[in-house]
Amino acid sequence: MSANLAALSYLVSGVLFILALRGLSSPVTSRAGNRNGMIGMALAIVTTLLVAGVTDALTWGLIIGGVAIGGGIGALIARRIAMTAMPQLIAAFHSLVGLAAVLVAAAAMYSPEAYGIGVEGAIRSHSLIEMSLGVAIGAITFAGSLIAFAKLNGNMSGAPILLPARHALNILLALVIVGLIVYFVTDQPHWAFWTIAGLSFVFGITLIVPIGGADMPVVISMLNSYSGWAAAGIGFTLENTALIITGALVGSSGAILSYIMCKGMNRSFISVILGGFGGETAAAGGPAESRPVKQGSAEDAAFIMKNAGSVIIVPGYGMAVAQAQHAVREMADILKKEGVKVSYAIHPVAGRMPGHMNVLLAEANVPYDEVFELDDINSQFAQADVAYVIGANDVTNPAAKSNPQSPIFGMPILDVEKAKTVLFVKRGMGSGYAGIENELFFRDNTMMLFGDAKKMTEEIVKSLG
Amino acid sequence: MEAIDPFVFRLSIFVLAIFVGYYVVWSVTPALHTPLMSVTNAISSVIVVGALIAVSVATLGSESWISKGLGFAALILASVNIFGGFLVTQRMLAMYKKKER
Repeated sequence: MSANLAALSYLVSGVLFILALRGLSSPVTSRAGNRNGMIGMALAIVTTLLVAGVTDALTWGLIIGGVAIGGGIGALIARRIAMTAMPQLIAAFHSLVGLAAVLVAAAAMYSPEAYGIGVEGAIRSHSLIEMSLGVAIGAITFAGSLIAFAKLNGNMSGAPILLPARHALNILLALVIVGLIVYFVTDQPHWAFWTIAGLSFVFGITLIVPIGGADMPVVISMLNSYSGWAAAGIGFTLENTALIITGALVGSSGAILSYIMCKGMNRSFISVILGGFGGETAAAGGPAESRPVKQGSAEDAAFIMKNAGSVIIVPGYGMAVAQAQHAVREMADILKKEGVKVSYAIHPVAGRMPGHMNVLLAEANVPYDEVFELDDINSQFAQADVAYVIGANDVTNPAAKSNPQSPIFGMPILDVEKAKTVLFVKRGMGSGYAGIENELFFRDNTMMLFGDAKKMTEEIVKSLG
Repeated sequence: MEAIDPFVFRLSIFVLAIFVGYYVVWSVTPALHTPLMSVTNAISSVIVVGALIAVSVATLGSESWISKGLGFAALILASVNIFGGFLVTQRMLAMYKKKER
């Protein structure tokens, strides 16, 4: 295959990847988009094989074996994974991209002739820069995603781990990595390459451990972005258009998602990165108040909702933890039969990753045209009879609007307080990740439903039936 | 005029692709942000082309065997991501349904 033809077909791959993302503008076109992505990937692989002109049996064996092993594992995971485990799966996938970038960069260093970037020990300097950036970002992505995975999967506490003098340590690490890159570009010793990889790995860990569980939506988007930049770095080394375009797409996609997530929490990107905010158990700030709350039973809740004209359901991370999405949909179905208008309100940072709640509701067969984003539904709470808050807390806290001292002041919230009755399904009186009291619990129009989100919803379903 | 370094062309593609990505991603509906992450993950595994080149190097000395081994490992990782990423995206997208009327 001629080099020009190959370059053109990589370009087509890149365009197909753009169309894959473009398809996601609506659920209707998204499936065709995903197919475009697959075609683009197949095209890139076939082109590479034709260019490489593999003839020996060993190489074919390695290629087919590698794709079969990896593909088999990937397909199995994709089939088996529970939708509630999606955040940790995405984190795990990011780590693989990061590690693959490190390995490919290393392979290019050992066999530069195969990549057309010079000869061993005399690799062109701009290739060396691209390579070392690719390996550094790749190793950071790899390590950071492993930590994010462990936190999301519960192998590690979600609470921030604050190392002493961590800012100084991180700055020092970053400086040493930059210094090593400069040295590697001038002298190109292999040890410098591997030290860059090793230190970047450590840097990835120290960067993510201080970030608390509730900030994970930002972290996971950020790592998404990093994996893109790492791919782009390698793309420059390989002089491959498909990889460069993809890297740029993924890099900007992750960056935009991080921005949206930060805005959803009214936090600056820098403050999230610096970490230390919001462990799962960061609560216990000050003595617990013992003001009276109105407590209700499943029967009470069923009675109120049955007689309501419209109910807005507000799901949060608690719904995911309790796997309550199916029960919620059942409840909604019965209410709809009773003539109640049911809709869902999703806060941008509900859950542990962008769009987490939407996927869970889709899994439970909730039609996507009943699910609304914050800006689209917030004005409707005033007309709603009931807001059914399940597993969400801080995203409904009016202190974000009224109390400038509150750590979440300025965060956009769902105006559930405006509904005639607010039903809170919660395990207990504990506060949310920000460790602050929610004034709403004590209001007259609020009824607390204490219990597991799934069990409580199932009991309501029983009482409704 | 002297010839332009091909690197500059690649840089131009890169910069333009960032802008394309910027506008395309803003038009993604927030409901599909999770599939967006999984599909971007899948497409970034196009790094598999680098792995394939490494696996295919002619085995002349010990260094090229190292490359082959590294390439093979990278190929497995990228394949997990390609199959896992696209299939899990497909599975998620299949769940998004409209209201039956």
